[in-house]
Amino acid sequence: MIGWFYFPARLAWRQLVFDRTKLVAAICGVLFACVLVFMQLGFRDALYASAISAPLKLNGDLFLMHKQSEALWRPVTFKRSELMRTLGNPAVAEVYPLYLGLAPFKNIETRVKRTLMVYGFDPDSQIFSVETIRGQQAGLKLKDTVLFDEYSRPEFGPLRQLLDNGRNITEINDYKIAVIGLFKLGVSFAADGNIVTSELNFMRIFPKRNRSDIDLGIIKLYPDASIEQTQAELRLRLNEFVNVFTYEELMQYERNYWANMAPIGFIFGFGTVMGWVVGLVIVYQILFTDIANLRNEFATLKAIGYEQGYFIRVVFASAFFLAVLGFVPGCALSVGLYHLAESQIFMPMPMTLNKVTTVFVFILSMCAMAGFLAIRKLKAADPADMF
Amino acid sequence: MTAIIDVDRLSFSFGSGALVQPVLKDVTIAIRQGEIVLITGPSGSGKTTFLTIIGGLRQAFHGSVMVLDQQLINSNEQVKIKVRQQIGYIFQQHNLLKSLTALQNVSMTLEMGNTLTEQQRLERSAQMLTAVGLGDRLHYKPDQLSAGQRQRVSVARALVGQPKIVLADEPTASLDKQSGYEAVSILKQLAKESQTTILLVTHDYRILDVADRVVELEDGVIKNT
Repeated sequence: MIGWFYFPARLAWRQLVFDRTKLVAAICGVLFACVLVFMQLGFRDALYASAISAPLKLNGDLFLMHKQSEALWRPVTFKRSELMRTLGNPAVAEVYPLYLGLAPFKNIETRVKRTLMVYGFDPDSQIFSVETIRGQQAGLKLKDTVLFDEYSRPEFGPLRQLLDNGRNITEINDYKIAVIGLFKLGVSFAADGNIVTSELNFMRIFPKRNRSDIDLGIIKLYPDASIEQTQAELRLRLNEFVNVFTYEELMQYERNYWANMAPIGFIFGFGTVMGWVVGLVIVYQILFTDIANLRNEFATLKAIGYEQGYFIRVVFASAFFLAVLGFVPGCALSVGLYHLAESQIFMPMPMTLNKVTTVFVFILSMCAMAGFLAIRKLKAADPADMF
Repeated sequence: MTAIIDVDRLSFSFGSGALVQPVLKDVTIAIRQGEIVLITGPSGSGKTTFLTIIGGLRQAFHGSVMVLDQQLINSNEQVKIKVRQQIGYIFQQHNLLKSLTALQNVSMTLEMGNTLTEQQRLERSAQMLTAVGLGDRLHYKPDQLSAGQRQRVSVARALVGQPKIVLADEPTASLDKQSGYEAVSILKQLAKESQTTILLVTHDYRILDVADRVVELEDGVIKNT
């Protein structure tokens, strides 16, 4: 029966559009909640996306990491020999160590120091799937040379411009180096910028480190080898203090760190819930006062034979319309705010279909909940008490 | 002809315990189909309470109230809803939905049954509004109508579903003499055409002449029939 929902929905719609001022206020409430949730999710996803931006660009089948490493940006080192042992497995083709360290980088122009992430790797290997790195690896074999991430925050200085003018000498960790080129990776919450350099240069920048203590081991298998099977075999062979991750597991591990270990995941979750609650209260207030104001009309309809269920459907239809009417402009506004945020924090904040659906379901559940709370007020519409 | 409304020794009181306030005492009345009955009496005599019990809006527990062959004493919600749907109600205030036009208000009565198409509903509602003299005001909202016109819209709303019974609770209370009389005359004329029973509560003595029978209620007791 179409009428079962159509008639109450039509009445709800007519009542909503009758009072434009109230409608606009209600829509603003939903819109506000919508934008709040979109921004929280946007920042959170940007955080997760940026956290895995570095491992995302790594080119390997399996990865070794110390079990005490919480995340890539704060690794616990383990012995290089542990990585070399994996070569004993017939499926393993090549292994490469990766060295990581946070170090202050001196801005060439202002001389202000700011911390960034330094990656040390074997310039003969192909562990970074970043084209611009691959093209400049030969240069990294020279002493005291680094490549600089163009997507680093602007506080490090306009490196492209400086390089064009031949000013490429600066200090990392108080060690003099030359920036010989640029690449594109992206910043994360852990580091405002990135530098890649050769293993040997890495040891020069960090004099206390040595080549036998590595942060991440990257393993490439022969093309026909099974990743899962090799992973299981390596787990049995290797020391118990190393994790053997597949590419996806490494991503997941990084994401989990930010979601659960760091308080940041909680903060955004909390912000999202607060957005939901604020929107809920606003929509509830609107629906509640609406029912209170229309009590007489509802009682009249009840007196001429309308059932209780009809009014419940009217309330839920109102809630649904408010959800949709608030969501559409809220979504449009959020797209704009995402662009604004991208230009301010230099992190990608894409508006994905997944995010749109998530927030819509979220807003819908918020309005439905407000409807549930408001329908209790319907009991006040008793024709016997009105006439 | 059998009674369409048959009330036998109906008693009703508000409150409980020591505060119990009897409103209706042993009311017995039978109303035949097509009859127009006026219930008069001073304020607080229980007229409106009586009407709300007949209309299935209020639950009574003592005596017998047969309306359209349904027992309303100790009835469940379904029975009451079924009775309400066969009754047209006219209220003291017009009680129209202020967000809807006159036409939409009238067709609300027809939407309940859902047996007609949208076009049929609007046609019948328009005919009924024309019959009460508002053919040129179909798309006006209640705010744009005078008090008398609004009450005529609510007459149209009560009658459009071709109910067997129309209950009216002081329909002229908020109207001046002329528009009040007009509204009631239209009600009477349309009801007579379709053999509709009308039970009208009023203490407006200007409209007594529309009635077939006048019943006087005082302190919950019927004085004369």
